[in-house]
Amino acid sequence: MREACDLVVVGAGPGGLAAACRAAEVGLDVLVLDAQPEPGGQVWRGEARKGANRLARRWFTRFAASGARFRPGARVVAAPEPGVLLVEEGASSFAVRYSRAVLATGARERFLPFPGWTLPGVLGVSGLQVLVKDGLPIRGKRVVLAGTGPLLLAAAATIHAHGGEVLYMAEQASAASHWGFALQLWRHPARLLQGAWMSAALIRVPTSTDAWVIAAEGEGRVESVRLSVRGREEQLRCDYLGAAYGLVPNLEVARLLGCETSAGAVVVNERLETRVPKVHAVGELLGIGGVDQALVTGELAGLVAAEHPIPVELERAWHRVRAFAAQLARHDAPRAELRRLATPDTLLCRCEDVPMSALEGCQNLREARLYARLGMGACQGRTCGTAAQTLFGWPGEDVRPPCLPARIGSLRIPSDVSSTHTRES
Amino acid sequence: MHEPASKATPRVTLRINRHAVTVPVGTSVAAALAMTDRFVSRADLSGRPRGPLCGMGVCFECRATIDGVPEVLMCLTPCREDQEVVTDA
Repeated sequence: MREACDLVVVGAGPGGLAAACRAAEVGLDVLVLDAQPEPGGQVWRGEARKGANRLARRWFTRFAASGARFRPGARVVAAPEPGVLLVEEGASSFAVRYSRAVLATGARERFLPFPGWTLPGVLGVSGLQVLVKDGLPIRGKRVVLAGTGPLLLAAAATIHAHGGEVLYMAEQASAASHWGFALQLWRHPARLLQGAWMSAALIRVPTSTDAWVIAAEGEGRVESVRLSVRGREEQLRCDYLGAAYGLVPNLEVARLLGCETSAGAVVVNERLETRVPKVHAVGELLGIGGVDQALVTGELAGLVAAEHPIPVELERAWHRVRAFAAQLARHDAPRAELRRLATPDTLLCRCEDVPMSALEGCQNLREARLYARLGMGACQGRTCGTAAQTLFGWPGEDVRPPCLPARIGSLRIPSDVSSTHTRES
Repeated sequence: MHEPASKATPRVTLRINRHAVTVPVGTSVAAALAMTDRFVSRADLSGRPRGPLCGMGVCFECRATIDGVPEVLMCLTPCREDQEVVTDA
């Protein structure tokens, strides 16, 4: 099967939706791919159904009217030549031939290993939040959250709203950094973040800065956690632990296409073009900046892709959100203590069960992969590779196809796609 | 174990490791797994249990065989009527 389009957008979160709308509205044939069953990405997950978030609702309506085509459940697995993506969709696969691309693959949580982090019931902070949004029964359950930044508060607010009991919220940042950042928030148009901050304050969850999880314990699933709270150790019994430290961009598709990255973000010029011709990157790929950055950069990239002029307000908005992103990065940077929680037998790679002790003598991700099988499992290093970069300061690696586990059949380029630009109606 | 839901919410019944689970429409399979007696999606190489971690299709801890298709991520899959979910744990 094949698809052809003027613009392919990878990711249907706010950044992808904004790019698709802008480009489709001025006449481009736009195809949007996303691994999830609905548009919205992680930040607006479930909103396409629930319609509770006004900003999300507005963009979904605009997207539906834009003329852009949407393929849900579609995962990019390879990019065999410039202008072609190979995509897996359920049990079938197809190739996309495109003239331009906007990458809007968003971000994932940064997991750092600690004893007991592989127990069932230990999830990410936003990981637990999305499962609760997706229907995980949390009413009456005791929850401990350990992480950093506005996402911690957003998760607490969601869990509380669904009847969960948030026993404790451990913020790893120092008090000075945390409250300094909180005050700065009001300068920025980060409406959703402010909302989260407010609701978390209103639900009166016990919380501390300079606090993090030391270990999770339990038989067969998490039953209690040990926390470090301002230098003291505390133990809490709980049903769920959400523990992750901020977000990192999902760089796999960008790297697969050969885009240059630097300091964990895709390198772009002021037109949001990556170093690969006709490939743009938006949103979290530019460095974690939240919904506002995603929308502004998405709109910009959509207009550039359509070769339309950029309104000056959009340019200004981008500079504003970039300043916010820089502050967020400083606040969410994991503190040194978090790199020393894992013991020699704590697993770093959860897919291949590689303990910390197996990495002795390894100098980089490549050696860790070759000698210890780090990152050789199903997730292809998405979890442990990010952790290893934080723990040891190792740089990220190039991505080789397939960038996700894929069927052999998905990696074959249909003959009619490779040579000529054919459009399927 | 099931959450009481309003009568207005349409529900679907799927089977997870042969146990019937009835959930509101819109529930993901990973969330439905928490309504069984074990929030366990697979076993690691030494047989210890693992559960969903990232909820976003990144970590692959929640992969399962769904309607005969192996390695499907439960966190990205909505529950459907008569769905058959088999975990490897």
